[in-house]
Amino acid sequence: MPMAAHGAANMDYQLQELAGLLPEADVTEAPAGLDPVVWAAFIPKDNALTRRRVELGRKLYFDTRLSRDGTVSCATCHDVTRGFTDQRKVSEGIKDQVGQRNAPTVLNTALLETLFLDGRSPTLDHQAKMPILNPIEMGMPDEAAAVEADLAYRKAFKEAYGRGVNYEDIGRAIGAFERTLVFIDSPFRRFLGGDARAVSADARAGWALFNGKARCVTCHPVNLSNPLGTDNRFHNIGVSARHQNFESLARRALKALGEDPSEKKLDELALATEMSELGRFMVTKNRSDIGAFRTSMLLNVGITPPYMHDGSLPTLWDVMDHYNKGGEPNPFLDGGMEPLALTETEIHQMVAFLFSLTDVRLAAENRRQFAFQKAAAQKSREFRDPDTAFRRKLAFEDRVMGGKSADK
Amino acid sequence: MKNGPRSDETTCAGRGRHPAGSHRRLSRRSFMQASAAALAAAASFTPVSVARGAGPSGKDPAFRFAYISDSHLYAKDLNDRFARALLRAVDDVNHLDPQPDFVFYGGDLAQLGQDHELELGARILENVKAPLKMMVGEHDWYLDMGKKWRELFGEPTYSWDHKGVHFVVLMSVVERDFWTQRNLSPMERMQTVAGLDNGMQSSFMVGAEQREWLTKDLEKLPKNAPLIVFSHSPLYKLYKNWNFWTDDAEEVQAILKRFDRVVVIHGHTHQVLTNRIGNIHFHGLLSTAWPWPYAPQGMPELTVQMSRPDPFNPNDGCGDGEVHVHADGLVDKVYNLWNRNPLIVAKGYTESLGKKDVPPKPNRPGY
Repeated sequence: MPMAAHGAANMDYQLQELAGLLPEADVTEAPAGLDPVVWAAFIPKDNALTRRRVELGRKLYFDTRLSRDGTVSCATCHDVTRGFTDQRKVSEGIKDQVGQRNAPTVLNTALLETLFLDGRSPTLDHQAKMPILNPIEMGMPDEAAAVEADLAYRKAFKEAYGRGVNYEDIGRAIGAFERTLVFIDSPFRRFLGGDARAVSADARAGWALFNGKARCVTCHPVNLSNPLGTDNRFHNIGVSARHQNFESLARRALKALGEDPSEKKLDELALATEMSELGRFMVTKNRSDIGAFRTSMLLNVGITPPYMHDGSLPTLWDVMDHYNKGGEPNPFLDGGMEPLALTETEIHQMVAFLFSLTDVRLAAENRRQFAFQKAAAQKSREFRDPDTAFRRKLAFEDRVMGGKSADK
Repeated sequence: MKNGPRSDETTCAGRGRHPAGSHRRLSRRSFMQASAAALAAAASFTPVSVARGAGPSGKDPAFRFAYISDSHLYAKDLNDRFARALLRAVDDVNHLDPQPDFVFYGGDLAQLGQDHELELGARILENVKAPLKMMVGEHDWYLDMGKKWRELFGEPTYSWDHKGVHFVVLMSVVERDFWTQRNLSPMERMQTVAGLDNGMQSSFMVGAEQREWLTKDLEKLPKNAPLIVFSHSPLYKLYKNWNFWTDDAEEVQAILKRFDRVVVIHGHTHQVLTNRIGNIHFHGLLSTAWPWPYAPQGMPELTVQMSRPDPFNPNDGCGDGEVHVHADGLVDKVYNLWNRNPLIVAKGYTESLGKKDVPPKPNRPGY
């Protein structure tokens, strides 16, 4: 596979792959499997999908000229060949700078209610403009420089939006293209649709656990009309509690945001500093949002490792281990987090279910990831803690009772 | 059907909205304005306390105390979530900066008054940095009639003075003997009382003995003395079927009547609750364990109700809070809700009988 900078596949190669995945279709129609009325509600009024807008957005998405040093495009960290993310712990931008956040996939983001893991952006059109200016991502000095880089597309902008090149329309065009990346046709969806044999017996058992003992469905609702598997809300599940002192960090964040309350500053702090760990708090300043991130969608989750906002969990087995012990104790832990007492068999069934949520067009990558993650999990399960998972040890007792039992 | 319950979808359709959320109607510009406004509003907000030195009433409070209430601890093999919730509340008050003058515990530390429940609560509360003041609730009491609680925390009825304010703690959950004649075991008695709507039990009351004590305790105070009274049940009659009720409320109110203004702070109801009867201003406390729904009748008009808690989030509607005490003894009541924006019921709100400083309507739509 021909490669580009920062570990991404070559842009032309990606375009070719994309053409294979997503044959030419009428973009003004709702994607297959989605109700046209529901779909229409997700399209902004000022950015109706047209062929020209999508084509322009596609060009921009793969265009490294949008970055300061010409090495980074959207597709660098949202790579067609890597689940439309970069499958790295955290992403790498210009000058090989790495940030604090794991790149989420752009697949199906059209259906999200907020963008970025802390929900600091309301729409794809708005979101698409932020990385271009972020100093550690694409690093353009200002909007004018980004517009300058796109003057080659003057005609395409005119045709798409009826006006000259401008920054808002760069965001709109990229957003329009990203809205075409709807990949919801998973084996599991076929199972829900009535094909009992579309998924394995293990995956079916995992689905029962998902709705019951494993408690997943509380925050990850999945059904035919709502395929994403996210409640679009923000929860602290303890991932960031592993390496942060929330209180002092929150104080520093408020000070920094008090000095410069711009959304650009927020974008920089969230990506480049350890304040990233504060999550939703950076947006709302509400204490109860400390360490909370938007519930990840589950569609295509098998091909988007590593997991969590900081990419700290390498495999879906690790993800299950994390939940099985009730997350990491911290004062802001979501009330729904409980030790789950899942056995190894049940964890295996849960993982089988999660791998059945990948769109059939991405099945090859899904199989590759399953094998890869399984091998990695057999080697190491860093977050496995059966004592806590089965309540032989209660985290709060360590703290309050000096390890002694609270009972009798 | 016109006045019947309507789903979110129906409501949204009627207003031409997408049920997924109102942010869709925000243009980028208005979103930026909204976020700028939110940031500006938040600039003076510190995370560790709702440190609004000057409350909405505009005057600096004389001092502040924090509260935790209604933790309902169980044996750990039945439930350890409530223990973790109490621990969270302890963390909250310990991180208030500056520290509150004291932390008040509003009663119902245990679920069934058992030794190990109360001991667990005492061990967790040992972690509170500020001085701790305890009140008893019916869940702490009716297994051994207060033996263990007294052993751990002392007498349930007492008073003290702090920075010019007289504080009184009452044991307002006295019940008439319904158990002897029925030959109930201590645990049966406890479980009867613990059932919110178990009609076999009697109503709560303060009782003649404590009313006499209260009269004496307040005897020497001038009528303009700032006075704050704590009771586990509300010192008024809200809804008898759930014992949101004190049977001799009128008699206790009569003892308080000669004062210019009195604040009564109560636990038991697990919700945002505000009332005013004459010179008495009432505030409820949040529970760390669960929120009760509002009573179907008898709700005080002054209460701005919190919307129905999210059944998928066990923290929603729970929390702890602060009380900012002003020189005249009236208070700004801060509800620190764990899954919602903090809510302040300001002194000016009860003072103006709901005309000024109206608390914001709930930030979550009804279901």
